[in-house]
Amino acid sequence: MNSKYLPLLATIVIFILAYAGCVAEYPNMLSTRVAGNLLTDNAFLGIAAVGMTFVIISGGIDLSIGSVIAFTGVFLAIILRDTSIHPLLAFALVLLITTIFGAGMGAIIHYLSMPPFIVTLAGMFLARGIAFVISIDSIPIEHDFYSRLSDLYWLMPGGGRLTLIGGVMLLVFAGGIVLAHRTRFGANVYAMGGGVQTAELMGVPVGRTTILIYALSGFLAGLSGIVFSIYTSAGYSLATVGVELDAIAAVVIGGTLLTGGAGFVGGTLIGILIQGLIQTYITFDGSLSSWWTKILIGLLLFAFILMQKGLLLLSRFNRRYV
Amino acid sequence: MISQIKASLFRLMPQLIALAVILLLNFIMFPQFFHLEIQNGRLYGSVIDVLNRGAPVALLSIGMTLVIATKGIDLSVGAVIAICGAVAAASIVAGYSLAYTLLLTIGVGLACGLWNGFLVAVLDIQPIIATLVLMVAGRGIAQLITEGMILTFNNDGLIFLGSGAFAALPMPVVIWVLAALVVILLVRRTALGMLVEAIGINRRASTLSGIQTPVLLIAVYALSGLCASIAGIIVSADIKGADANNAGLWLELDAILAVVVGGNSLLGGRFSIVGSLIGAMIIQSVNTGILLSGFPPEFNLVIKAIIVIVILVIQSPALQSATAFFQRRRGEGQMVHKEQAK
Repeated sequence: MNSKYLPLLATIVIFILAYAGCVAEYPNMLSTRVAGNLLTDNAFLGIAAVGMTFVIISGGIDLSIGSVIAFTGVFLAIILRDTSIHPLLAFALVLLITTIFGAGMGAIIHYLSMPPFIVTLAGMFLARGIAFVISIDSIPIEHDFYSRLSDLYWLMPGGGRLTLIGGVMLLVFAGGIVLAHRTRFGANVYAMGGGVQTAELMGVPVGRTTILIYALSGFLAGLSGIVFSIYTSAGYSLATVGVELDAIAAVVIGGTLLTGGAGFVGGTLIGILIQGLIQTYITFDGSLSSWWTKILIGLLLFAFILMQKGLLLLSRFNRRYV
Repeated sequence: MISQIKASLFRLMPQLIALAVILLLNFIMFPQFFHLEIQNGRLYGSVIDVLNRGAPVALLSIGMTLVIATKGIDLSVGAVIAICGAVAAASIVAGYSLAYTLLLTIGVGLACGLWNGFLVAVLDIQPIIATLVLMVAGRGIAQLITEGMILTFNNDGLIFLGSGAFAALPMPVVIWVLAALVVILLVRRTALGMLVEAIGINRRASTLSGIQTPVLLIAVYALSGLCASIAGIIVSADIKGADANNAGLWLELDAILAVVVGGNSLLGGRFSIVGSLIGAMIIQSVNTGILLSGFPPEFNLVIKAIIVIVILVIQSPALQSATAFFQRRRGEGQMVHKEQAK
C-alpha cells in the first residue's frame, strides 16, 4: 500500500462513516434528494476548490477567490440589468476578466518573486474593492435565461434533482482530475510543488506554469461566481466572504499536502462533501447552532494536518532505516 | 544611543515620507485635519481620531512584527480578538470583577497564542496552516461563548478602556503606545530581538548555534495572542458589547499589511516595530482621509490594494536585485571613465 494514498483513503473512510452515522440517526438522509441538494448547495465552493487544489499542489496559495466570486456576481448583475447583452456573452466576458486577473497575479508572483500569500491578498482587496465600487447593493438578476438555467435539472431515481450547477461542478472535477493526472501541465504542477529549483532543472517552464496555474484558479473562481449567481439569482459585493478558507480547508481535508507536491483533485470533492454533510446534519438536527460547523471544520482541519505530519515523519523514518 | 535613533529614523525614511504625504493630502482635502481642541478634559480632532481608531491594528502589528520576523505569520489574530471580546463581555456580564475579567481575557489570548506556537514550534507545521486552524474555528468558539448573540454590558470600568481618557489622550492610544514601548524595550535592550531575527534568517542555523528556537517561537506567538487579547478588550469596550461575527473581522490582514507597509520583509529577519506602527497609522490615515474627503467608502479597498501593490513592487526581491545590478553597472562605468581620464 502506497502511503501516498493514505490521506485520500482516510478522507473517504471518514466521509462514509460520517454519512452512515447521519443515516443511522436520520434515515431520511439516505435519499437522492439529500445527495442532490448536497451537490447543488456546494457547487460554487467545489468549483473554486478545484482551482485551489492546483494552486496548493504547486506550493502556492490563492486568497482572492472569494472576492473574485463576489466581483463576478456583481458584474453579471449590473451588465444584465443595464445592457441587453445575452447572458452567455456576459459569461464569456467575465471569465475572460477573471482569467486575466489570475494570470496577472501569477505573473507578479513569478517575475517579481514575491510570496503568493501577499500577492493574492492584494488581489483579494482589489477584487472586493472593485465589486464595492460597481455597486454596494444586492442586485437581483431577473432574466428569462437565468430562470431557465436555474430550473434545469435531471430527475434522479428517488426524486432527487441533479441541477445544472451541481452537474457543472461534477464536470469541473472530472476535467480537473484529467488535467492533473493525465497532462503535461498537471505533471509540471506536481513537479513545481516538489521544489521549484528541481522542477526548473528538469526543464519545467516555471514561469509559464505559474501564470497558467493562477489563471486557471482565476477562471474557475469566475465560473464559480457564475454558478453562485445562478444559485442565488443576485449579485452582492459582500457575498462569499471567507470562501477561500472553506476551499483551503476542503483541499486539506481532501488529502492534499499543504507544502505542495502531493494531492488529489478527487479528494477535494470528498472534502467539500464532508463540509456539506456537517451543514446538512446541523440542518436536520435543528437544535445545534450553525457555529458548530466552523468548530468541527477547524477540528477536522487540525486532525488532517496532524495526520499529514505523521505520514511525512513515517516516510522519512522508512527511508532512513530500510 | 542618539546615533542609533538617527540610523533607525533614516531607515524608516520611506515610511515617514509616505505618512507625511498622506497626512498632507488629508490636510489639503480637509483643512481642519490638524485642528485640536480640548473638551471635558480630552483632546478631540482628526489626528487623535486616527491614533484612536488605529489602536487595534497598531496593537496587532506589534505582535505580528515579531511573528513575521521569525518568518512566520499569524492569521488567527482576528479570531482571537473575537474570542477575547466574547470572554471579556461574558465574564463581566456574569458579574466577575474588572480585574478578574481582564486577567481571564488576557489569559485566554495567551492560551490561543501558546496553541499556535505549539503547532509551529513543536509540531513543526507551516505557520500559515497552523494559525489557519484557529482562524477557521475561532469565530465558532467566540459564538459558542456569546451563544450566538451580541453580548452587551454596562460596566463603567471596562467601557473606560475603550472610550475613556488619560492625560487628555483616549485610553486606546495610551494602551497601544505603552504596549509598544514595553515590547520595544524588551526586544531592543536585550538580545531577544537579535535572536528573533536570527531565527527568521535561518532557523536551523540558529538552533545549531544554541538558540532555544522552540521556546522563542512559542513566546513570539504567545505575544501575538496577548496583543490580540488587548485589542479584543478595546474593540468590545468601544462598542460596549461583543460581536462574535464582526469583531476583528479581517484585522489580521490589516495587521499584516501594516507590518509590510512598515518596511518589514515577509521573508523574516530584520524588523522594526516602530516601522509597523507607522504602517498602521498610514493605513488608518488613508481610511480616515477617504471618509473625510467625502469619497464613497467603497473606494477604500481599491485604494488600499493599489497602495499594497505599489509598496510590494518597490520591496520585491526581483526589483531590488535589478536596481543593485544597475547601480553596479553604473559604478563600473564610472570606474572605466576614471581610468580613461588617467
